[in-house]
Amino acid sequence: MKARVHITLRPSILDPQGNAIEGALAGLGFEGVSGVRQGKVIELELADTDEAAARSKVEDMCKKLLANPVMENYEIELVG
Amino acid sequence: MKSCVIVFPASNCDRDAAVALEQATGQKPDMVWHGETSLPNTDFILLPGGFSYGDYLRSGAMAGRSPIMQDVVKKAEDGVPVLGICNGFQVLTETGLLPGALMRNAGLEFVCGMQTLQVVNTQSQFTKGLSDRTYVDFPVAHHDGNYTADEETLNRLEGENRVAFRYVTNPNGSSRNIAGILNEKGNVLGLMPHPERVISPVLGGEDGAAFFATALKEFG
Repeated sequence: MKARVHITLRPSILDPQGNAIEGALAGLGFEGVSGVRQGKVIELELADTDEAAARSKVEDMCKKLLANPVMENYEIELVG
Repeated sequence: MKSCVIVFPASNCDRDAAVALEQATGQKPDMVWHGETSLPNTDFILLPGGFSYGDYLRSGAMAGRSPIMQDVVKKAEDGVPVLGICNGFQVLTETGLLPGALMRNAGLEFVCGMQTLQVVNTQSQFTKGLSDRTYVDFPVAHHDGNYTADEETLNRLEGENRVAFRYVTNPNGSSRNIAGILNEKGNVLGLMPHPERVISPVLGGEDGAAFFATALKEFG
């Protein structure tokens, strides 16, 4: 089973990289763009076949390593 | 007094830190590879600056899960002094020994140069020896030094006198100009600037020598 973890900065955390991207988009002439936030995606291949077990394992990974709860939120997506 | 420096892959201030510790204590520190699982007998642990694991995932994230860190956390909880400088500070926040996180600098640029710091806490064992000074000059060199924590944590740090140093001119967007913080017990200090780079006039300053000499004497 494949898992995809989406890690994003918590809304309260300033994202200077997102702001810079937003500025660059405006510079390229894209109008009406706001709220640009940069995050990361981590893909994992899991031997598990049980969806609930896989989800709880990835959840544990997020808490222990993949995300830093001080500044980041995460969402887990299981794909096939 | 026995001290040690933890060496991670891509630490790059470990040898500078060793020179500073030797100058302050008269004894060469033990250099401990991150893959070890237990520390030698030690009275002072230093986590040096650098780019451990190439800053993969988040600065300090991989190093914070290195085998040696379990023993560092245990020793810190037992009261052994731990000083994390720059990347070492990032590692301390990643292990949870210190609250908050060091995020990308607000200006997005790597900042490098001398900074004047206000000595905020003059009671901790790390900083007591600097109580006759209002300011010290230590250089900074970092990309991820923007100290971030929620309001409650920031208020608690200030209320408990755990802000050790503040920038006079904020170089990186750090909340409340924070350059260094202490843990609750006062035996763990995380510091973004580099005192080990100013331990001799030929290096451009001696404030770091004063910091190491007085802190190690307090803990000695």
